[in-house]
Amino acid sequence: MNKEMIKPKIIIRSLYKIFGKHPGEAVPLIREGVSKKEVQERTGQTVGLRDVSFSIEEGEIFVIMGLSGSGKSTLLRCINRLIEPTHGEVLIDGTDLASLDEDGLREVRRKKLGMVFQNFALLPHRNVIENVAFGLEVQGMPEDERLEKARQTIRMVGLAGYEGSMPDALSGGMKQRVGLARALASDPDVLLMDEAFSALDPIIRTEMQDELLDLQNDLAKTIVFVTHDLDEALKLGNRIALMKDGAVVQVGTPEEILTAPADEYVASFVAGVDMTKVLTAEGVMKSPDPVLPIFSGPRVALKLMNEHGISTIFAVGKGKVLRGLVTAEDAVAAARAKMTNIEDILITDTPVTSPDTPVRDLMGLVATTQYPVAVVDGCHRLRGVIVRGSLLGALAINGNNDEECA
Amino acid sequence: MNSFELPKIPLGDLVEAFVEWFEVTFAVALDGISEGLDWFIDGMRTLLLVLPTPVFIVLASVLIWVVTKRDTRLAACSAIGLFLIWDLHLWSLAMETLALVLTATLFALIIGIPTGILAARSGTAHKLVRPVLDFMQTMPAFVYLIPAVVFFGLGNVPGMIATVVFAMPPVVRLTVLGIRQVPVELTELADAFGTTERQKLVKVQLPVAMPTIMAGINQCIMMALSMVVIAAMIGAQGLGYTVLEGIQRLDIGLGFEGGLAIVIIAIILDRVTQSLAPGHNE
Repeated sequence: MNKEMIKPKIIIRSLYKIFGKHPGEAVPLIREGVSKKEVQERTGQTVGLRDVSFSIEEGEIFVIMGLSGSGKSTLLRCINRLIEPTHGEVLIDGTDLASLDEDGLREVRRKKLGMVFQNFALLPHRNVIENVAFGLEVQGMPEDERLEKARQTIRMVGLAGYEGSMPDALSGGMKQRVGLARALASDPDVLLMDEAFSALDPIIRTEMQDELLDLQNDLAKTIVFVTHDLDEALKLGNRIALMKDGAVVQVGTPEEILTAPADEYVASFVAGVDMTKVLTAEGVMKSPDPVLPIFSGPRVALKLMNEHGISTIFAVGKGKVLRGLVTAEDAVAAARAKMTNIEDILITDTPVTSPDTPVRDLMGLVATTQYPVAVVDGCHRLRGVIVRGSLLGALAINGNNDEECA
Repeated sequence: MNSFELPKIPLGDLVEAFVEWFEVTFAVALDGISEGLDWFIDGMRTLLLVLPTPVFIVLASVLIWVVTKRDTRLAACSAIGLFLIWDLHLWSLAMETLALVLTATLFALIIGIPTGILAARSGTAHKLVRPVLDFMQTMPAFVYLIPAVVFFGLGNVPGMIATVVFAMPPVVRLTVLGIRQVPVELTELADAFGTTERQKLVKVQLPVAMPTIMAGINQCIMMALSMVVIAAMIGAQGLGYTVLEGIQRLDIGLGFEGGLAIVIIAIILDRVTQSLAPGHNE
């Protein structure tokens, strides 16, 4: 995560939503830890959300993931108060929406919160540009101005030329572009996306995901994205909240969710994910220990390799900057030749990679080189080492959670 | 078996007493309404008859052609139908009927659509309106004629009032249905984008419900047309009276001519209002 996005945009604190006529009865029961099913049996109330707390940072894509009925859409709707929470608070930029009157809430919805819907929710009697301008029209912007702005937004989502088309005449992907443009037109800080791509064909869906990521690069909105699709969550999310029965089971980066599932449920959820797409070099590397200071002699190198049972060692300069690799073979030869310095036997063309390279892209590299791969950061400092064994080991551990009990 | 007779609740007497009381108490108001409506219907008829018949027929056909987005067949058939009515010497009666239907429909819409909107948005209003609608729709149409005559005497006005009562339920029902059927996502859209209640109604709910509301308007016109014939029994003028005359005199020819003229007007009004519904041509 970038260090600059540490300001929480949305804070959710112990949020509860109970559906039914007497929600008051259910909250204490939930606090005692009674299950959703039992609350239903004892009070007749349905638990929508139970004690949800987390914060969403400015500029991140925060994915809320869960199966249907897990409460993810309810949670999203509590953010813009399409659904009124039973208990708890939602702060946007530090303001509790519950403290606002009707006008205040309307203002926040108009200016700060854009929403994209699963089934597009285009107004069938309006053409593309009128649909996109809907939010601006509601705000009372003069017609010329709002149409101009809508036109710009339509261009941004790649629909230029379709301004006059009616929704009926558009494909699913195009309809959702209109939905996205409509949400973006009033330039809100936050985009709430409810299963926005779930109704699309797989290919169009991937395309839309890529495009959303592209747009996000330029716009840096805070996006709350609800999905039931793990692949989508892993692809889009800076962070993911996994929900079950109205509660958040785990919040973390995609990698955290995959490599350190909080419980059995998360583990079973993520089982079967193609780990090579998600794991990065950083996740599978070993710490670079030991390393060889660049001014050492061949005997020191041999001794370190001997002690750690390895046949190669990376040499680093000041600040752990990678200088090269020494093999045991070369070190033995150099020691016999009474050389006092390893600089002559350094191998400097070994493969290197960056920490955020996906493992899928590393496979080929690791397979074709005889040397370990050095993981270096932007300043060429040695961060870690990847050898064939550690790569396969990491994949085996992370990829086979479900087979441990067999 | 017959040793005990269940005492009859004097429901009929009570209704009669109420109607009488109402008539006496609101005599002035009822007279005012009666005169106003009479004037309105007369005005409408005069307006329809202001043009020479052939000019009217041509203009009407062109207008139909325009509003139906160039449905040449319908325009041509309308011209032939209207010409037939003229030829049968039923023109001024037909215009009288049309004036009655249009006035009754207008009032039914003015009352029915807002009622429907209210009932669609409030559960309580819906609960109140529904039994009233059931009553209005299932009570035999002739029964409305009696209080209408008591309040407004004989003539066009009571006929029109009975017609309004008879023709209004579909407008209310289909307005309610149309608004309730607006997809949840679209009402969520309105809320999520910060509409006021009024904006939500005008920009989202009514336009989306419009095809259904148009079906209600279409039904309303059709029912009004069928009722103005029945209303002839209490002195409403127009083609209904011709048909009634045919029945009373057992004059098959006269009854058929009047009936045919009504059918022609009904078909024209039906096709035109149907083609006005949004999405009709898609």
